[in-house]
Amino acid sequence: MKPVILWSDLLIFILIVFISLFLRGMAKNPQVRTKWKQVFSKKLGVSTFIIVCAYVFIAFIDSLHFQKALPNIDQHITETRYETKLTSVLDLALGEMNTNIERTYSYPFSLKSYSKSMLKDDSGNLYRDFERLNHAGTHIDNDKNYVSDIIWQSAVSIFFGLFLSLFIIGLHKIWLIRSNGQNHNVYNYIPWNTAYITLTCVVILVAWMLHVGNLYHILGTDMSGNDVLYKTLKGIRTGVLIGTLATLIMLPIAILLGISAGYFKGWIDDGVQYLYTTLSSIPSILLIAASVLLFDVYINNNQQLFELGIEKADARFLALCFILGVTSWATLCRLLRAETLKISQLDYVQAAHAFGVGHARIILRHILPNVGHIILITFILDFSMLILAEAVLSYIGIGVDPSMASWGNMINLARSELAREPTIWWTLAGAFTFMFTLVLAANLFSDLVQDAFDPRTANGGHHD
Amino acid sequence: MLSYIIRRTLYAIPILIGVNILTFVLFFVINSPDDMARAHLGDKYITEEDIDNWKIQKGYDKPLFINSSESGFDKFSETIFFNNSLKLFVFDFGQADDGRNITADIKQRMWPSLAFALPNFIVGLVINICVALLVIMFRGTKLDQTAVAIFVSLLSISYLFYIIVGQYFFAKTWKLVPISGYLPSEPWKFLILPILIGVISGIGQGARLYRTFFLEEAGKDYARTARAKGVTEIQLLFKHILPNALIPILTGVVVVIPILFMGALVMESFFGIPGLGSYMLDAIRSQDFAIVRSMVFIGSVLYIIGLILTDISYTWADPRVRLS
Amino acid sequence: MIHGQQMVVIMISELMETGIQQPRPMSDHKTAILTVRDLKVSLKGDSSNEIIKGIDFDLVPGKIIALVGESGSGKSISSLAIMRLLPDALKITSGDIRFKNESLFSLTEKQMQSIRGRKVAMIFQDALSSLNPVQTVGEQIAETLELHTRLRGEKLSHRVIELMNEVGIPDSETRASWYPHQMSGGQQQRIMIAIALACEPDILIADEPTTALDVTIQKQILKLITDLTISRNLAVLLITHDMGVVYHTADTVYVMYQGEIIEKDEKYDFFKNPKQAYSKELINSLPDLKRFLSLENKAPLLEVRNTKVYFPIQKGLFQRVTGYVKAVDGISFEIKQGETLALVGESGSGKSTIGRAILNLENATGGEIWFCGRRIDRLSRKSMLPLRKDIQVIFQNPYSSMNPRMTVEQIIKEGMISLKLNLTNTEMDERISELLLRVKLEKEHRHRYPHEFSGGQRQRIAIARALAVEPKLIICDEPTSALDVSVRAQVLELLKELQDSFGVSYLFITHDLSLVPHIAHKVAVMQNGKLVEYGKAEDIMTIPKENYTKNLLSAVPKIQ
Repeated sequence: MKPVILWSDLLIFILIVFISLFLRGMAKNPQVRTKWKQVFSKKLGVSTFIIVCAYVFIAFIDSLHFQKALPNIDQHITETRYETKLTSVLDLALGEMNTNIERTYSYPFSLKSYSKSMLKDDSGNLYRDFERLNHAGTHIDNDKNYVSDIIWQSAVSIFFGLFLSLFIIGLHKIWLIRSNGQNHNVYNYIPWNTAYITLTCVVILVAWMLHVGNLYHILGTDMSGNDVLYKTLKGIRTGVLIGTLATLIMLPIAILLGISAGYFKGWIDDGVQYLYTTLSSIPSILLIAASVLLFDVYINNNQQLFELGIEKADARFLALCFILGVTSWATLCRLLRAETLKISQLDYVQAAHAFGVGHARIILRHILPNVGHIILITFILDFSMLILAEAVLSYIGIGVDPSMASWGNMINLARSELAREPTIWWTLAGAFTFMFTLVLAANLFSDLVQDAFDPRTANGGHHD
Repeated sequence: MLSYIIRRTLYAIPILIGVNILTFVLFFVINSPDDMARAHLGDKYITEEDIDNWKIQKGYDKPLFINSSESGFDKFSETIFFNNSLKLFVFDFGQADDGRNITADIKQRMWPSLAFALPNFIVGLVINICVALLVIMFRGTKLDQTAVAIFVSLLSISYLFYIIVGQYFFAKTWKLVPISGYLPSEPWKFLILPILIGVISGIGQGARLYRTFFLEEAGKDYARTARAKGVTEIQLLFKHILPNALIPILTGVVVVIPILFMGALVMESFFGIPGLGSYMLDAIRSQDFAIVRSMVFIGSVLYIIGLILTDISYTWADPRVRLS
Repeated sequence: MIHGQQMVVIMISELMETGIQQPRPMSDHKTAILTVRDLKVSLKGDSSNEIIKGIDFDLVPGKIIALVGESGSGKSISSLAIMRLLPDALKITSGDIRFKNESLFSLTEKQMQSIRGRKVAMIFQDALSSLNPVQTVGEQIAETLELHTRLRGEKLSHRVIELMNEVGIPDSETRASWYPHQMSGGQQQRIMIAIALACEPDILIADEPTTALDVTIQKQILKLITDLTISRNLAVLLITHDMGVVYHTADTVYVMYQGEIIEKDEKYDFFKNPKQAYSKELINSLPDLKRFLSLENKAPLLEVRNTKVYFPIQKGLFQRVTGYVKAVDGISFEIKQGETLALVGESGSGKSTIGRAILNLENATGGEIWFCGRRIDRLSRKSMLPLRKDIQVIFQNPYSSMNPRMTVEQIIKEGMISLKLNLTNTEMDERISELLLRVKLEKEHRHRYPHEFSGGQRQRIAIARALAVEPKLIICDEPTSALDVSVRAQVLELLKELQDSFGVSYLFITHDLSLVPHIAHKVAVMQNGKLVEYGKAEDIMTIPKENYTKNLLSAVPKIQ
């Protein structure tokens, strides 16, 4: 086994470090802590947070890539050779879902193929019928019992999931009681029961998908016989990454330019305003299209730079994140500039000037920490917006690389099959359900965060 | 006021130059015409000659900025920059890769685009405002909370889902409207479904936003004054809150009005409407950079017009704003 | 929010002169038009959190009842409860309000709407935001009439003009079609009054009607309200925190403190003989005009010579500079060591701009500023740096003058570090502890964040921050105007005490002439960027020469 770190993997690791540092920095101030408290004291806040975390966790383990060693056939060669295909920790967890490939379409939980094909019976006669799937329900003796088998296997996995989550909850309870002993009920405001229920649901669902998903095709198979559930789960990484990296990549530039425009004013302000007006005047979809097309041409002309096929897809993916960042960058920059203009008129910045504090220090100590909420809100709001955008872009053909698992690509492929009778709906259903759950959870969570952090809504409704 | 508009128009010039240079750099400097030719003709088995022919055919055989083989003004005019970028300023878009005149295409395709985008925009705006008004009447009740939850759910659904499901049921299963296509003689038959889908898919986002505008206005001091005068809640809503909330609503949407000309990319391609949206999509898919470049320029011009209109609409909607 | 509190100096003789302020018998229930009994208001969903804890009062026709209290005492909430217009987060838990013996709480919402504006009308503190910005003032006055009377068309607009004339708006025919923002603050408040009085209500509730206004305008509005009370036999509930307003206008005083009415008395008796310690504090915060601070002859520290600060006005196609806003238009004064100069003026007079120019936060357009024998205007940011140690500043708003993300320790330390005082960490820590004790806070407060303190405490932290670098001059820009009356006196006292022990000079910028005897040795009165009068505090407070100063002074009542 040889670990491989793609550029996007690296960025997601940086992102996780960055977010934890950011949250720690924010949590130091008691005022910020009360705001987070406001978010997490709500049942909705806790459960949506857990759901988003579950997605992020899957995306994270799907980013731990490695190459499997090939079995050593030739004894003379001492060095190990590796597969050209990358495997991730998620693939390991999903077991054989990846390799359980059928001939073509099949319904969810079906044992037979979607369409009839020519088969041979025992005596060698040809006949037309629905072909038995190679990897669905192979463990059962009689195909007629499969409904009861599904129920039985589901029950087993649900019990296992329940047991696992009870174990986690138990551990957590012990930890909670201990920390309460030292430090009086610090986390009492969190509705733990809601958290436990959500966690249990998530764990049971994952356990069920892992167990039953290896025995049957829960979401059926697609045109080339791939397990749809597997593809949908692999699409999580793409969705989460595009939602976070696009903002992250442009964040430093937006912060730097936005704050300096608002703080220094004058020609710097003029320049930055010119820059973002120019960029936002180009219709974003065309800018994205042009950039992605041009990057494709670049990749085609520089094949030698990319050793593995997946690296090519990864590079294109990053380019897409970057250009998505550019298009959403102007909004953040504008917001930061406006807020900085406001803050630099405030008395505490004036006081800092009166104390002879230098520009860099004023920006770092007085302005940056006080625009943190804008960065946070933009980051969270953009997250769901970008996931939805990915689907549309992939449909247009300027999204992620077709070889990369993504919900947009799945929808794009499945769309043309809607015309068939009976309708092939499961690919769409899988992609849309997973996308909807994530986007809804993120939207609900971001609403709460915005309520808590946006000064316009934060202290509403309290008069003298 | 007039001097303001003139000044804003003058400000637009450097921005358009910026857009122009940016597109030029993207399309001709980062990617040379040679790359384009190779991408178009296919990677393998092409000779230098093929590439040169392709470039001559498209007029990309000239130098980028300065043509030293020519003399006088032609030194500058016989270049790619002059022919393909500067000419955009006089709306001379040249030819597409398939030899058609881009300007003529745009003129022709603009109308179907508008036929869809304009009603979609107006109906959507009116319905969003109405829904938001309806919800705000019940503010603070369970109904309000439920409505907000529905809005968030609606806006969490992918745009594509609305289109696919709408097309599947209305056109395919129930056969109420044609699945796709467009006839200038009877556009409504073809446009009713896209407009319906466009409006429904926008409700979540729009109504939620407008609700917050209304809510903000309802909390302001003048609303309290009006209540102290003895106005009913309905009067308060329509006479005081609505006119004030229209200021952010109108000024927010005015910027997109000119861009309506550009059409809707996804919707037009799903429903086969021969507008500018599907024109762009086809250009993107066939990598026709001449069209993409032209549309980028038109888009920027329309956006800047939108910005100026926004400022003007402020003065119209809000007596406190005066432009100078 | 609280803008321009006015401290009052009472002139007993004036009490005797004017007839209105003669003591009158207590109102009895028979004459009361509105009675409030055991009113309780609490947070929705948390009825233990009571904002108003059972209050009683009566409104009588032809009388002005003043409800006095500091911010957060619940006085505004009480008035909104009468109108049944509480914010969504609050609810009335018990009590009864009777208007002409009819219980307001038993009315339907529709019946209540016919009471609002018709029988009980209300005016608010901030007239500009209380008026609908997109309707003309005429329309807004007409709306009340349309709601409650049958007047329409010609008669309606005629009545609107009539009302505008009555509240003293000149040229009312044209101004009826103006929008609120086109009018001055005083006129906006007059429009509010016209709206309130349009349907000839029995009761007028005025919630801090003059707080947002300048002193001279304040006086006119109060006069209008008192006149209308008598001419229309109104029952007025006047809500205020300003003892000056109370003194000028009220007949009966109710003092409200933390949701309760702690004292009720006729005005005359109240000012003469307050019963509660808190009421005494409110009245005693008034300065003593007999004693002024004496001038010592020391070396001049700051000299401002003919200083000008202009801001360009840009117009036209090319944004050419077509003129200047002359914020500060050639003013001169000097401050000596250990001396306080009060710079007095109304909002927009340019008094804060000159403060900023001295701090080199604003470029002076002309004139010279000398500090310690050095010319300091036109110094670059860098060459100003060594002087920053000597000139410090305290701002008006204690809520925005400290970075909410920094602890008290970091806030105080910042100046010491960036001005390179060359102190070791332990020395700095010691100094911070010392300073915190000095401004009457505790050492342990150093690890807290600004939002954990009250307004008065924050202002002390700001003082400690300024003192940390041992300045020679502190520019105090309205340091007490955002504070409640009782807290204000303490902060002023602290400033004076620190002057005595450190010998620091103050440039005390204020709109409030009545603070002068407390703190200042000298006074400079500013109007429209120019100096109107400049001299010893005693001279200006007792024998002002200029009309403007006299005007300002007459707006505040005084003893002897």
